[in-house]
Amino acid sequence: MTSELDIFVGNTTLIDEDVYRLWLDGYSVSDAVALRVRSGILEQTGATAAVLQSDTMDHYRTFQMLERLLHAPPKLLHQLIFQIPPSRQALLIERYYAFDEAFVREVLGKKLSKGTKKDLDDISTKTGITLKSCRRQFDNFKRVFKVVEEMRGSLVDNIQQHFLLSDRLARDYAAIVFFANNRFETGKKKLQYLSFGDFAFCAELMIQNWTLGAVGEAPTDPDPQADDMDMDLDKEFLQDLKELKVLVADKDLLDLHKSLVCTALRGKLGVFSEMEANFKNLSRGLVNVAAKLTHNKDVRDLFVDLVEKFVEPCRSDHWPLNDVRLFLNQYSASVHSLDGFRHQALWDRYMGTLRGCLLRLCHD
Amino acid sequence: MPGKLKVKIVAGRHLPVMDRASDLTDAFVEVKFGNTTFKTDVYLKSLNPQWNSEWFKFEVDDEDLQDEPLQITVLDHDTYSANDAIGKVYIDIDPLLYSEAATVISGWFPIYDTIHGIRGEINVVVKVDLFNDLNRFRQSSCGVKFFCTTSIPKCYRAVIIHGFVEELVVNEDPEYQWIDRIRTPRASNEARQRLISLMSGELQRKIGLKVLEMRGNAVVGYLQCFDLEGESGLVVRAIGTACTLDKLSSPAAFLPACNSPSKEMKEIPFNEDPNPNTHSSGPSTPLKNQTYSFSPSKSYSRQSSSSDTDLSLTPKTGMGSGSAGKEGGPFKALLRQQTQSALEQREFPFFTLTAFPPGFLVHVGGVVSARSVKLLDRIHNPDEPETRDAWWAEIRQEIKSHAKALGCHAVVGYSESTSICEEVCILSASGTAAVLNPRFLQDGTVEGCLEQRLEENLPAGCGFCHIPYDELNMPFPAHLTYCYNCRKQKVPDVLFTTIDLPMDAAVIGKGCLIQARLCRLKKKAQAEANATAISNLLPFMEYEVHTQLMNKLKLKGMNALFGLRIQISVGENMLMGLASATGVYLAALPTPGGIQIAGKTPNDGSYEQHISHMQKKINDTIAKNKELYEINPPEICEEIIGSPIPEPRQRSRLLRSQSESSDEVTELDLSHGKKDAFVLEIDDTDAMEDVHSLLTDVPPPSGFYSCNTEIMPGINNWTSEIQMFTSVRVIRLSSLNLTNQALNKNFNDLCENLLKSLYFKLRSMIPCCLCHVNFTVSLPEDELIQVTVTAVAITFDKNQALQTTKTHAEKSLQRASTDNEELLQFPLELCSDSLPSHPFPPAKATSVDYSSFADRCSSWIELIKLKAQTIRRGSIKTTVTVEKASPVGEGNFRNRSSPPCANSTVGVVKMTPLSFIPGAKITKYLGIINMFFIRETTSLREEGGVSGFLHAFIAEVFAMVRAHVAALGGNAVVSYIMKQCVFMENPNKNQAQCLINVSGDAVVFVRESELEVVSTQQPAATCQPSCTGGEVTT
Repeated sequence: MTSELDIFVGNTTLIDEDVYRLWLDGYSVSDAVALRVRSGILEQTGATAAVLQSDTMDHYRTFQMLERLLHAPPKLLHQLIFQIPPSRQALLIERYYAFDEAFVREVLGKKLSKGTKKDLDDISTKTGITLKSCRRQFDNFKRVFKVVEEMRGSLVDNIQQHFLLSDRLARDYAAIVFFANNRFETGKKKLQYLSFGDFAFCAELMIQNWTLGAVGEAPTDPDPQADDMDMDLDKEFLQDLKELKVLVADKDLLDLHKSLVCTALRGKLGVFSEMEANFKNLSRGLVNVAAKLTHNKDVRDLFVDLVEKFVEPCRSDHWPLNDVRLFLNQYSASVHSLDGFRHQALWDRYMGTLRGCLLRLCHD
Repeated sequence: MPGKLKVKIVAGRHLPVMDRASDLTDAFVEVKFGNTTFKTDVYLKSLNPQWNSEWFKFEVDDEDLQDEPLQITVLDHDTYSANDAIGKVYIDIDPLLYSEAATVISGWFPIYDTIHGIRGEINVVVKVDLFNDLNRFRQSSCGVKFFCTTSIPKCYRAVIIHGFVEELVVNEDPEYQWIDRIRTPRASNEARQRLISLMSGELQRKIGLKVLEMRGNAVVGYLQCFDLEGESGLVVRAIGTACTLDKLSSPAAFLPACNSPSKEMKEIPFNEDPNPNTHSSGPSTPLKNQTYSFSPSKSYSRQSSSSDTDLSLTPKTGMGSGSAGKEGGPFKALLRQQTQSALEQREFPFFTLTAFPPGFLVHVGGVVSARSVKLLDRIHNPDEPETRDAWWAEIRQEIKSHAKALGCHAVVGYSESTSICEEVCILSASGTAAVLNPRFLQDGTVEGCLEQRLEENLPAGCGFCHIPYDELNMPFPAHLTYCYNCRKQKVPDVLFTTIDLPMDAAVIGKGCLIQARLCRLKKKAQAEANATAISNLLPFMEYEVHTQLMNKLKLKGMNALFGLRIQISVGENMLMGLASATGVYLAALPTPGGIQIAGKTPNDGSYEQHISHMQKKINDTIAKNKELYEINPPEICEEIIGSPIPEPRQRSRLLRSQSESSDEVTELDLSHGKKDAFVLEIDDTDAMEDVHSLLTDVPPPSGFYSCNTEIMPGINNWTSEIQMFTSVRVIRLSSLNLTNQALNKNFNDLCENLLKSLYFKLRSMIPCCLCHVNFTVSLPEDELIQVTVTAVAITFDKNQALQTTKTHAEKSLQRASTDNEELLQFPLELCSDSLPSHPFPPAKATSVDYSSFADRCSSWIELIKLKAQTIRRGSIKTTVTVEKASPVGEGNFRNRSSPPCANSTVGVVKMTPLSFIPGAKITKYLGIINMFFIRETTSLREEGGVSGFLHAFIAEVFAMVRAHVAALGGNAVVSYIMKQCVFMENPNKNQAQCLINVSGDAVVFVRESELEVVSTQQPAATCQPSCTGGEVTT
């Protein structure tokens, strides 16, 4: 006796969260059944393995049918075939678009192309995440990217509107899209200590301050072109950053800057002497990073540079985080007292964001 | 020109991409009604076209309005080649033809294609302007309302129940026409869908005409079926019960009552036609008075008339059975005559209803059924379907005569079905023989007489269990005892019926789903030989199915079956029998004996041991079941606890002590003496198998109950969560070991596993009850068995349930210890309590007993008779509900204060096979939904195999039903039924085809928590109805 056909269709579509998770995690039906058996569900419910198998198959089939709709979540809301309560719809969408930290760290900043997709095998092996799940996550990134790529307006809003994600998840996707678009290098060994959260935090700051959209948000700028995109860094701004070079190129300015910072921080910093000794190196590092951002290659290496030029020196001298904060605040603020320096606004736009990023990047 | 149909095409959305080059579609719409077609403009390059068309107007006869569906076709415009069809929508405009239903159909409809399934949606608005037509010879029957619900719909009152209406129409099946060889599968499917839609329209119109002839205005319990006879044609047939219905005008007062069954019972008495009798029958007059004070007042004299339950008790022949003698007066005789004449005027005194207005059902005789095996031949003249008519007439005659044999003049819970395999067709009909109250059958002529009867004392409640036939001249062997409730009338030891449990029936404990399953191998044969073989097998199957049911019933410790439905399906090389029913313990019937196993070779020691081991297992199971279903009839508590099969001596002693107060001690004793435990003889392996299979039925996991009736006996505090579902399984038998035993085991496992899967899937709803569990079995091919289940899971409040049952049990105990005089000492309590119970006064009796005849059309009758509770019992039971009411009220209150739940957001359409929605009140019936779909695929693997294909199709069917209901302005379908699900596959060709036919009533319901009519905080006594309503909501 073999079951040829075995289905269950509810007027309200039944969604089993546990099975959904297994499905999202890319387990085959038999693996999922095995995992469910291990969870002790048979003992709890008195069911048999055959029942579990049938139930799992059924849910998998439902999810497969729903998957097409999940690719365009607004369709899930308007479709008539599956009657699903709104809270469940939200859960389906949110879980479908959720991703694994380990996976996203592997892909973050890479081009979302076929080439990368081919590497998913390796990523799967490396992270222990099933290939199927890797594919789903990768395709989600790519799909979101494709949809919002050409759109105007706020990146987060666009994602939220077209994929109906929660605010938190939409922000994460904004970061992923932003990183993919700008191809920031995140995979180098020295960046391994950074979490996705760290990068997402930086991405959000950069989107808010360094993109064309960021300028557009200012009420003073009525240029409709300006609020075009949140995804691309403001090219003009990057060009302008060259002007900051004077801060390290002009020796007087550098000395003056250093003395202003040292005066203000004397006695307040545990690592004052190290700071004093390192000031010029650090400042040179930060300003040079800015000046180099005109080249795409250097934009990609932004995080590598920041870690090399700032985070690592601080770490080797064991700067406490609070000292880093005091230093960066003073370092940014002191520039306002440099009379010979004319690019205060530019500096603030650059350093305001960078300060936030650096603080986030400074941890073990 | 009595009607103008107006259609407007508004917009489309989610259309499929029809032009690969642009990834877009140039869509336009054809709107067709009859022979007239209109077209919209082409909306270029969009998947979400906005046509916003003008109003297309069709001027048509109302005859056409009834027959024809509105056909909307969405196409993709193509300049150079033929336009491609995207899909179609058929809209049945019948709901717009009667005044109280929908006034407009407006909404998003899925665009359906028989090959691709749903492809986007279209927004359509449809209206009808009807002109009055005074033509007396008209062929249309606009205005007759149709209901699938097999009880009087919630917001109506039955003025007269006229009786049986039937009709059938036949046609050639387009799938078998010569043209089918040259047209595409799509064209063929569409021709079939359209034809069936047309035929059902015609059928409905013809039935409507019959109803008008009978001066009715509605058909209740309308059941329409298709017989796909293959080469020989397509038959669409329908049966129903013609009624004259009155819309209830005072919804406010009435509100709480409607929805939940429990509520219903209570309420009805107040509003409508409660039978005063029921209450009045009680010994104490004061009680009666009090009752009345609660009731709104106006209608009660009339109500009282319904109380004639007693009359029916008199045996029809007038021969002196003991019971008859006591009560028989000239009066009754008169009544009886009237009833009979009223019914005898009709060719078939049949009723498709399964639940009745209070007072309607007087006695129940038992299940009557008839089957007939026919050879299909080509239907030569579709306009004169005499053969098919004659077939059914024959069967109905047989049913009628069976009912007569049971001393009954009517058949209720009547239904018909067919099973077809190649050119052999089994026609089946079954129902429950019953004695009815004539009040509803004629126009109030008997009221006067009936009212007088009030004065007579009659036991209410248990009346329906009392035997309607003559004790000395019983049509079948049965053990009779005096009713355990009133002790005045005789009742059978078991009762089988096809109807729902009457509201007022006194039940102990909870009910459960009981199934008998059976397979029988049959030689492959042709034509006559095949029909003969089947005919010869049928009686044995009937007998075995019945035996299985009996055994399982006893194993559960119960004594009555409701909602019995026996399906016999025929396949190429086997017959399958599947019987489902809901077992209950009726307080009026005797405690069932146990099951004893006897071996035939007593000398063999190990064998003996084995037997005793089995016996022990069975006894344990019975004890366990009694505990599980809370069956502890107060009179014999000790007995149950002691041993499931009490020794005769002990038993008789108990009985005597019980009945001391009554003067019929000896008779009681006698009858008990006769009632031996059921003995199963294990004389061969077959019997051994039977015993094993008895024990393999696993009870549902804790927190789950199941039944195939509308409501679960013993549970009445439903909460509002419902989940309707359909589950289909097909198994392939390995052809090697096809023996009857192996088959039976496979089939049994299939059903058991299916149930287990359901329990597992729905575990998040615990505590819950699967209601209206409807199994259908078919044999689509050699070695394939298909089982389809549709049911609804309803949650209930466990705590309240426990409380209720407990109190119930306590009360019963109390009752047991008291006798009449004692009762009188608590008149106050009784009065207040009795309120809720009154509503159910009309006791229905069902009797089932069986004897099987095997003639060419084998038939059998099962009779059992049971009786509802007496007034005493009834009032006590009601007390329980009252107590329950207050906690419920609180729950209700809580609900109300909370914000509206997600469920109530726009667009959710509930579906349920029940006639009510827990926790809600149905405010309007919008019309009948009757839809037929075909789906075919030539890429089965790509669509996920057979499971993927059927899963998607059923989901689509649900979606289309919901969309039509929503477009009518409704938010639920009640009495939903999937009448057919015919699935055929050809995996080698990567093809599959499925036909599904569903129906139901589109309704508007309002959550009780949203009805702020009555403050729940009122004292329980005054706000009874509202409280009950609350119960449901929580």
